[in-house]
Amino acid sequence: MATKSLKGRVHDLADSSTQLEFLSNGIFAPGGLPSFKEKLNTVQAEALKPKSLEILQMNLGYMCNQVCAHCHVDAGPDRKEMMSRATLEHCLQILKTTPVTTLDLTGGAPEMHPDFRWFVSEAAKIGVEDFIVRSNLTILRANKKYYDLPHFFKDHHIHVVSSLPFYKKDKTDRQRGEGVFSQSIQALVELNKVGYGKADSGLQLDLVYNPSGAFLPADQLALENDFKKALKKEYDIDFNQLFTITNLPISRFLEYLIASENYEDYMQRLVEAFNPAAVANVMCNNTLSVGWDGYLYDCDFNQMLDLKVASPVQHIKDFDLDQLQTREICVSQHCYGCTAGAGSSCQGSVA
Amino acid sequence: MNTPYYQSQDLKKFKNISDWSPELGKKFFDYYNSVFEESALSAREKSLIALAVAHTVQCPYCIDAYTQDGLERGVDKEEMMEAVHVATAIRGGASLVHGVQMMEVYEKRSM
Repeated sequence: MATKSLKGRVHDLADSSTQLEFLSNGIFAPGGLPSFKEKLNTVQAEALKPKSLEILQMNLGYMCNQVCAHCHVDAGPDRKEMMSRATLEHCLQILKTTPVTTLDLTGGAPEMHPDFRWFVSEAAKIGVEDFIVRSNLTILRANKKYYDLPHFFKDHHIHVVSSLPFYKKDKTDRQRGEGVFSQSIQALVELNKVGYGKADSGLQLDLVYNPSGAFLPADQLALENDFKKALKKEYDIDFNQLFTITNLPISRFLEYLIASENYEDYMQRLVEAFNPAAVANVMCNNTLSVGWDGYLYDCDFNQMLDLKVASPVQHIKDFDLDQLQTREICVSQHCYGCTAGAGSSCQGSVA
Repeated sequence: MNTPYYQSQDLKKFKNISDWSPELGKKFFDYYNSVFEESALSAREKSLIALAVAHTVQCPYCIDAYTQDGLERGVDKEEMMEAVHVATAIRGGASLVHGVQMMEVYEKRSM
């Protein structure tokens, strides 16, 4: 398993234009599989348009204590990109002035941002219906300075969404690195201790499952039952919901697909599993993603491919919701990941 | 030119079986889909049974399909291998139990 990001390894796929080129050629070349846009045209005449904005997802930066094999962000300890204080303040302004109901902090490991606690406190003061922090769990045990985060989350009524690819060590460590599983279990125990995931605590702890290989996730509820049973029996851990997320063929997961010669089969599987019902609920409908540098995207995946919003407003300093709402959502072949089977979003399946 | 009898891409053509006999094809696939629905046994348990049977009938298409199906359902490699051993035990046992017949014939014909 690599210990550096694609960028740190100066890999061809670190360049988003190389990824987009790859996703548009090969099996998607003319005469091959239909492009996502063509497929979309078979079920709806119009391009994807945003509905009303509900979720503001902020990527605080690409620094992370882990180097997961499937990471679509290409995050890692060697990534130094961090959101500036000015951009954080712009985001607070948006929370005050727009109908956004969900704030979703992601990264990298958002907890590693030096202004993380300041920002969470300020955003919590404004009041958001659902305030999500996406935690990789191990960061909560990585250094003493993070040990009190479960209490900090509780004090600010944070909804914790944590990655745990499987309820067993082998699959988790193969995807996320040696030792990740046991550290994640420790972190979950700490979160449970302050009330997260416990009935009637009002402290929501959800887990994210994503397949540890070139296959799609199965039924979300069936997997949730398996996770709940296994984590309770083995470790006495409780959590609320499990979200299944399909791995999108970009960045390090694309690297894995190509290196393991699974790329063509995987893409074919995504195309065959295209579900029109999932199209109606894709997350880019009601989400706006803010990059560390303040640029705006339809989703976190488009952010990683540097597909900025198709609007005259491209940066948060020029934010204009009315103008942004008239845009068309940018799509490419990676979007098949969100419309396959039961669909996939940062909140799990959608169909 | 050597063309293998089994080709992995043929699995995707399975549904074409209905082209030459639509009525029976439909009956078969309706039945097949009903069999694998969540019921007294979970879909996950049925997937493991299918994987074991696939090894007994040595169907490469079925092994491919139900290994992937198991991965999607969160079945891990230990569970899959145990299912294969169940198939092997029954298959091996089916041979071995005939040894009783061999022993009886041997004893009957021997002084």
